[in-house]
Amino acid sequence: MSTETTNPVRWIDICGLDELTPNVGTAALVAGEQVAIFLLPPAASGAESSPRPEIYAVGNHDPFGGANVISRGIVGDLNGEAMVASPLYKQHFRLADGHCLEDDRVRLPVWPIRVVEGRIEIGVASAE
Amino acid sequence: MNKSKLVVIGNGMVGHHFLTALAERGGKDQFAITVIGEEPHTAYDRVHLSEYFSGRTLEQLSLVEAGDFDQIELLLGDPATAIDRSKKVVTTAAGKSLAYDQLVLATGSYPFVPPVPGREREQCYVYRTIEDLDGIMAGAKRSRVGVVVGGGLLGLEAANALTNLGLEAHVVEFAPQLMGVQLDQGGGEMLRRKIEALGVTVHTGRNTKEIVDGSEHLHRMNFADGQSLETDLILFSAGIRPQDKLAAESGLVLGERGGIEIDDGCRTSDPDIYAIGECALWQGRIFGLVAPGYQMAKAAAEVLLGGEGRFRGADMSTKLKLLGVEVGSIGDAHGRTEGSYSYQFQDERSESYKRMVVSADGTTLLGAVLVGDTSAYDTLLQYALNGIELPDSPEALILPASSGGAEVGLGPDKLPATAQICSCHDVTKGAICEAMDNGCRDLASLKSVTKASTGCGGCAALLKSVFDAELVKRGIEVNTDICEHFGYTRQALFHLIQVEEIRSFDELIQKHGRGLGCEICKPAVASCLASCWNEYVLEPPHAGLQDTNDRFLANMQKDGTYSVVPRVAGGEITPDKLIVLGEVARDFGLYTKVTGGQRIDLFGARMEQLPQIWSRLIAAGFETGHAYAKSLRTVKSCVGSTWCRYGIDDSVGLAIELENRYKGLRSPHKLKMGVSGCTRECAEAQSKDVGVIATERGWNLYVCGNGGMKPRHTDLLATDLDRATLIRYIDRFLMFYVRTADRLQRTSVWFEGLEGGLDYLKAVVIDDQLGLGDELERQMQHLVETYACEWQRTLDDDAAARRFRAFVNTDDLDNGVVRVVERGQPRPATEQERRDLAVTSDN
Ligand code: SRM
Ligand SMILES: Cc1cc2nc3c(=O)[nH]c(=O)nc-3n(C[C@H](O)[C@H](O)[C@H](O)COP(=O)(O)OP(=O)(O)OC[C@H]3O[C@@H](n4cnc5c(N)ncnc54)[C@H](O)[C@@H]3O)c2cc1C
Ligand code: SF4
Ligand code: FES
Repeated sequence: MSTETTNPVRWIDICGLDELTPNVGTAALVAGEQVAIFLLPPAASGAESSPRPEIYAVGNHDPFGGANVISRGIVGDLNGEAMVASPLYKQHFRLADGHCLEDDRVRLPVWPIRVVEGRIEIGVASAE
Repeated sequence: MNKSKLVVIGNGMVGHHFLTALAERGGKDQFAITVIGEEPHTAYDRVHLSEYFSGRTLEQLSLVEAGDFDQIELLLGDPATAIDRSKKVVTTAAGKSLAYDQLVLATGSYPFVPPVPGREREQCYVYRTIEDLDGIMAGAKRSRVGVVVGGGLLGLEAANALTNLGLEAHVVEFAPQLMGVQLDQGGGEMLRRKIEALGVTVHTGRNTKEIVDGSEHLHRMNFADGQSLETDLILFSAGIRPQDKLAAESGLVLGERGGIEIDDGCRTSDPDIYAIGECALWQGRIFGLVAPGYQMAKAAAEVLLGGEGRFRGADMSTKLKLLGVEVGSIGDAHGRTEGSYSYQFQDERSESYKRMVVSADGTTLLGAVLVGDTSAYDTLLQYALNGIELPDSPEALILPASSGGAEVGLGPDKLPATAQICSCHDVTKGAICEAMDNGCRDLASLKSVTKASTGCGGCAALLKSVFDAELVKRGIEVNTDICEHFGYTRQALFHLIQVEEIRSFDELIQKHGRGLGCEICKPAVASCLASCWNEYVLEPPHAGLQDTNDRFLANMQKDGTYSVVPRVAGGEITPDKLIVLGEVARDFGLYTKVTGGQRIDLFGARMEQLPQIWSRLIAAGFETGHAYAKSLRTVKSCVGSTWCRYGIDDSVGLAIELENRYKGLRSPHKLKMGVSGCTRECAEAQSKDVGVIATERGWNLYVCGNGGMKPRHTDLLATDLDRATLIRYIDRFLMFYVRTADRLQRTSVWFEGLEGGLDYLKAVVIDDQLGLGDELERQMQHLVETYACEWQRTLDDDAAARRFRAFVNTDDLDNGVVRVVERGQPRPATEQERRDLAVTSDN
């Protein structure tokens, strides 16, 4: 598991873009890690000026509740930053970097994610 | 520039607070800092140490923030062993020598273990560090019974921890009462009763003479009075002693009973050496709490930087929850002040005890003890700390509201600017007002600017009331917006949705909101949409709005699996259906329990099992029970006239009719109803949102009751109704509530805020004074007619099963779900059991 890595990444095919529902999280198993994937609709109401990335991949494990449930949380934004709220105890995690907004010491891992020809791909560090 | 050398011994809570206080004031530019710590970890939150047992990790308990140790040399796991004051050098166990110009001692304290023969036996522990807790956890696995020696604040917390670890817990206290430091005798007695009711056995007045081999358990504790107690594990929590050995050996002045003497600037008898926290003795007192330690840390940092820092003593009042029991102690709790007298109020039924100690002239509050109900704590503390003059009948401050005790509470307006609101971070009301003058307009920013309420959290309610009062004073309206995405209340949103016939969240937020939404507004809007239009809640535009449980039409459990609760209207169920429930539970390995709502809950279903389980249940004639939704849960019934020799009418029949009528109604919060066949009230209808009781002449209708956190008895809305009128009134009542209540507001709370109270409600529901009656009935009728079982709907949808898969890209299962068997049924493994299982399966 690795984040923000400058190592070369290996892209792993996950599913079709059409298998994701906007605003509804999806879990995937990637190289043994549970990943929560979120598709946000293209910049809602008035935010055209700041085109934000629309797909995010963060850890599915809830560090507070201890269960693998982040993909089942509600997504949205707080102060303009895209976030997901844990379904168990409602802590917020920033989707961009996984940071918990209530407790800066806690963060979810994040993965690079992209769409290639209608398929979702997640990047993992290729170094063993 | 040549920096002077500063060495800090101890990286506990106070030692670390000192480092941040120093850094905030630019201290890193002036000093080259070295920190010596005995523990192998950097500072962590000892106050919340017990949460380690419930799964909080060391990382989460850590007090260290990014950058704290930049430019600081840190030696961990290597205690300082000597201070040579003439050479100004500290040596460590590993043999390092560190020269200093200034030295700070923050060595804290160590647990006192009474010199009882046998105390060094195995499975004997203390309770202070992470390592202690690791030891206790391991020991608890081999144990059934655990004893805590010491019935003070920490001892009781430790007993709670043992209970949570599954042990039969005992507390052995030498003194005749519990928490003798903070509580008077009456308070101690009440606390004991409450704690014993929770299953912890309390032995007071017991002096442990020796610990020897037991016959049933590992140890036997023999007491001086000839009694004995067998146990597998012993935890000493008999007080703390200042860790002053280093100071003593280097010749610093100590108090008679230990503790390093300091002045107001936290300087010891050697002007280049400071002491702060629990190792320090100020005016003959040791402060065993973190807040005074933080104040010392701040004072020492200021003095070191040439400022005027002063430690002026600290208030030792405390409010806490021990084993779920609320306890508060303020000032002179024992009434030791000359000439003082006291008021006491004891309620044996609700088991609460309150005492106030008042000065001889009756004008000031000197101290107080609260057990079982600490709601008066904030007010009393402010009276005591600020010497505010007491009202004419001060006893009203601790009497229940019903006897005229209300309204004497101290409004935040009455507090002087010097009143301390947050003791952890020493924030006064004046500081809060200043932050608001400088632009703080919401609680979150107020907290981050002043730090108030970011310590123990005990002052949160007080902070909010000061904040609200100050907003009003500044002519700013108290913000009732549902969240940052909508400038409206739930009621207003409901109205917009209805009047403008808005059908989706996206439409609403585009027209009336901003941003993407959040976990507050999305479920609230989903509920309003469902109350108005009753569309399937998992329709794509609605699915992402649903709260945890609605999202998969089942209640999420702590390990991410779900519970399944089919509807059993009125609690009536055929033997065949009961058998099906049993078979389904058996086939899917589910834990079964009869709920408090007269039905059966099947726990532990994996997400991907839910569709299969429900197809079995639906085939057998079951439908969803909405246990996951803010909507009608159950209509509890008694057996009624069909069987009962006292029954006046058919309570089961009516309960089933009501349950079928209102099932699926999405409302601001959950709804519960009850129907009893006669006034003996076996269905407890008077504690429900809607209660109905049979009379000789029809049905009495009761509304707005509540069990749960704050129970409330219903009010009688109408008497002797025939069935048709009864149902018409309930329709109107419910729909009126759905339209006008706040999000997550039960009918009880809604009712209490309803202007005009019961008379107004009667006017709306019975006399139809708003002329809304028809409309409310029509809206309800629409919902009744469009009802569809959500699980049936889900199974009809081919795509559904795919949505319930654990992973989108494989058929693997979530490996985070681990089960063990207890009393013949599966249950989630505890953290410890998971670790054990992982070890055995690795081998
Ligand atoms: C299963 C059950 C306990 C049991 O084993 O008996 C239960 C279980 C839960 N209750 Fe309850 N309550 C259950 C009967 C009750 C009762 C008794 C009753 O209904 O007669 C009460 C008090 C009566 C009342 O509500 O007025 C009750 C008062 C609460 C409360 C406090 C509500 C309040 O207004 O103070 C909550 C918390 C909340 O809703 O915010 C709660 C919340 C919960 C939740 C939903 C907590 C959660 O979010 O996980 C539990 C989930 C159950 C699950 O996973 O299936 N439960 N709960 C009972 C289910 C009844 C049913 O068949 O549907
Ligand atoms: C379970 C528990 C619950 C508590 N609950 C509360 C509460 O609710 N409210 C409250 O206000 N307080 C509470 N306390 C008390 C609170 O934790 C202490 O007041 C606080 O930790 C004191 O901080 P300190 O830095 O003085 O001591 P500590 O936090 O003990 O830190 C002292 C550090 O110095 C180190 N040290 C000692 N000697 C040496 C040496 N020679 N060389 C190097 N390092 C050394 C120690 O290893 C330790 O790490 C609780 C304590 C416990 C154990
Ligand atoms: S409430 Fe009355 S009718 Fe119902 S079971 Fe009790 S005694 Fe019988
Ligand atoms: S009193 Fe502890 S956080 Fe304010």
